[in-house]
Amino acid sequence: MSEYRPTIGVEVHAQLKTETKLFCGCPVAFGEEANTNVCAICLGLPGVLPSLNKKAVELAIKAGLALNCEIHTKSIFARKNYFYPDLPKGYQITQYRFPIATDGKILVEGKEIRIKRVHLEEESAKSIHETDKSLIDYNRSGVPLIEIVTEPDIDSPDMAVAYLKTLQKILQFESISDAVMARAEFRCEPNISVSKEEGKLGTRTEVKNLNSFKAVKNSLSSEIKRQIGILEAGEVVEQATIHYSEETGKTWVARSKEKSSDYRYFPEPDLPPLNVDKKWIEEIKATLGELPGRKKEKYISLGLSKEDAKIISSSSAASSLFEEILKLVNEPLEVSKWILRDYRSLGGPDISAASFAEMIEMVLSGEISRNAGAEVLAEMTRTKKAPKQIVKEKNLAQISDSNALEKIVREVLDENPDESTRLKKGEKKLIGFFVGQVMKKTKGKADPKEVSRIISEYEKKY
Amino acid sequence: MKTIPEYQELFKKGEITPTGLLTNCLKKINPSLNAYITVTEELARKGLKKDSKGKLRGIPIAVKDNINIKGVPTTCASNVLKGFIPPFSATVIERIEKNGGIFIGKTNLDEFGMGSSTERSYYGPTKNPFDETKVPGGSSGGSAAAVSSGSAVISLGSDTGGSVRQPASYCGLVGLKPTYGRVSRYGLVAFGSSLDQIGIIGRNSVDVGIMLEVIAGYDPKDSTSSKKEIDDYSDLNEVSKNIKIGIPEEYFKHIDPGVHSSVMEIKRRIEKEGISFKSVSLPTTGYIIPTYQVISYAEASSNLARYDGVRYGLRKNGESFHDTIRKSRDAGFLPEVKRRILVGTFVLSSEAIAEYYERADLIRRLITQEFNEVFREVDYLLTPATPTPAFPIGERTDDPIRMHVPDRMTAGANLAGLPAVVAPAGMIGNLPIGYQIIGKPFDEKGILSIVRLVEKMAPFEGFLKEVRDE
Ligand SMILES: [Zn+2]
Repeated sequence: MSEYRPTIGVEVHAQLKTETKLFCGCPVAFGEEANTNVCAICLGLPGVLPSLNKKAVELAIKAGLALNCEIHTKSIFARKNYFYPDLPKGYQITQYRFPIATDGKILVEGKEIRIKRVHLEEESAKSIHETDKSLIDYNRSGVPLIEIVTEPDIDSPDMAVAYLKTLQKILQFESISDAVMARAEFRCEPNISVSKEEGKLGTRTEVKNLNSFKAVKNSLSSEIKRQIGILEAGEVVEQATIHYSEETGKTWVARSKEKSSDYRYFPEPDLPPLNVDKKWIEEIKATLGELPGRKKEKYISLGLSKEDAKIISSSSAASSLFEEILKLVNEPLEVSKWILRDYRSLGGPDISAASFAEMIEMVLSGEISRNAGAEVLAEMTRTKKAPKQIVKEKNLAQISDSNALEKIVREVLDENPDESTRLKKGEKKLIGFFVGQVMKKTKGKADPKEVSRIISEYEKKY
Repeated sequence: MKTIPEYQELFKKGEITPTGLLTNCLKKINPSLNAYITVTEELARKGLKKDSKGKLRGIPIAVKDNINIKGVPTTCASNVLKGFIPPFSATVIERIEKNGGIFIGKTNLDEFGMGSSTERSYYGPTKNPFDETKVPGGSSGGSAAAVSSGSAVISLGSDTGGSVRQPASYCGLVGLKPTYGRVSRYGLVAFGSSLDQIGIIGRNSVDVGIMLEVIAGYDPKDSTSSKKEIDDYSDLNEVSKNIKIGIPEEYFKHIDPGVHSSVMEIKRRIEKEGISFKSVSLPTTGYIIPTYQVISYAEASSNLARYDGVRYGLRKNGESFHDTIRKSRDAGFLPEVKRRILVGTFVLSSEAIAEYYERADLIRRLITQEFNEVFREVDYLLTPATPTPAFPIGERTDDPIRMHVPDRMTAGANLAGLPAVVAPAGMIGNLPIGYQIIGKPFDEKGILSIVRLVEKMAPFEGFLKEVRDE
């Protein structure tokens, strides 16, 4: 069996992160009451015409750029004609011969996967089948999608999953798509063939309706076995659409290709060719963030540990906050600690980089203690108040005035006569005890270094 | 025969009232002509109550029943749209309402605009007001018959291959198909989207110009509408003596001798005004009808796919989804529409698309290029509007090829997206026939001004009086 080599390509449909649908002003929302986000256009009533959503075009271009594609200044919408109750116009507006982006590539675990094309298209409605009737929810009708198609560069189910995870991360990181699989915002349709001969491809089948990465992996493994089984039995694999059952872990032929429809593609006459100017493409390019991998490397070079760099770079919110703060407080290690510990333990709140930086500055200058800083951060998250105001209101300013501190130290020594006697006799480990007592008395506001210095001097005096 | 500005003048003087005009128009609705599918008297009266000072104040307008008016059934003369009431108005309707126009009714057509005679309607044929044994032309036959018989002052139609101009010719009226993109298509039920334009049928060029001024201009709801500024179409009095008008020889072959001499008479009159003519040639003219058929049928097969009985209109329940769709469409469409959907589906199929649709698209580009080249030599083209006057009802219903014959004169302007106007050239027996002026893109003002020039020289009221006098 091992001499058979699988060849896999993947088609992904990703929902673009827009406020409104691709060709009308209806909101894009998940989980709303059926048929509430609809209008004459997305219901395909007689007389309507599509108007293209510019944001969707921008995100499609962004996707093309993030996948290192060539962006075409002219692309053309086409109609894909077929009858289905969830397709209100009897055709889907998509791009066929002239997609918006082609010829890209991404690195997945060190291997280059070529991206054949990225194109824009509209979503169909959702059919809900009940025993005696079928219902249709048109809320999804007209939601903007991009279809991303790879060349058959993937050679194992694991690699297919790795590609999908990388792609998902890119789309999420660049705010192109939320790409939540459970909401059908990221749908995978792998195609697969097996062959013994190098350079020769077998007949491929397409696997549909996969709802998780696990299903992608298992269905491909099952399909490889099924195809090898057919070939070993001396038969031929037929081009077909394959379905997969998560319960049995098996694939089966749902529709053979001979029955497949002729979609009669032709240019959409209601939309002129989509012309995008180079300047706009450059503007979109400038909004591209650095991808997680590249970010991680950069953070390591700033002195962060591998582990810390990975954690910060893998979250776009954390990494952009980190970088924004660094512009104001150029102390990568200090800033990373705040992000890794306090910011994350607060659940990654929405917080302004400027306020965050102001708080860190106050800690670094000794104005407030580290503990007070943590309290300020928590309070900032709750109230959105400025750090300075919080420090004032909660009286968190650090006591570093040595006269004031000396007075408190004397008080503490008097309150603990036994320990102070032992300290005077040279029991140095009691310094820590007294520092603790001072901190307790000042509710954490005393500068611990200063306290420690004063107590040590006392110890030396005797 | 009064123009819209004359009506406005009479309203101002108080000599007639908008209500009086509407009542008069309603009285002139002749049921035996079958010009209307729906008469919207209530809507018209409601429109009169609005205090409007627009250019069309109080003017009763008939609207082809493939243009949506919110709350009024749109049938497209098809059973498949049974019970469908649009929840929105076409952009042109909104613009007319803003200008005070009132809607008297929705007019009959060939189902979805597919025909040249208004005989292929689920609601029965419309008759020619000049001779009720003859067709009024089509597919905007109802809109032409309504204006010709005096029940509407002006009407809207749609023109995919000549559907406004050919009925205007058969009914002795002025019919304008604007440049593709000049008028928003939003709310017009699509037939051949790359060819369709909403057009105007009126009694004279002045009225048509005023209506164009109201409905023309960019509409963000129609991505194919043009952002080009509109002209002042209500002033049609200037025609430069320096213009040159071309006579394309191909358009004068195989036509009725009466049509030939009438159009030549128009040429002679224009020449008398000091305007020169030039013989030109458009060799691709012979390809116009087949090219038009392939493209319009292909687009129609896709545009009409939405009538599946799932969301609105006629539904015939079947065994399955697809069976329901099949049964609903079978019961909903008349044979001609089915024929065009079938041919259109075929020409887009993977085995035929290169031979038919793609080739037609290529020839369309050649036809357009040829017009562009001719328009470097001349500014306008003068042609007959139709090869013959109106033909008898029933004569061509079984012969789709002969039915398409009149399109030969008109469909070229649709394929090339050019503006074209048809106006009365004379009578053959008791039937009017028209001439056509084709212009360069967006020169609606120019072509209407030539029509105005001809009107001023010889008012055609004489022979049209009988049917159109109020
Ligand atoms: Zn909508």
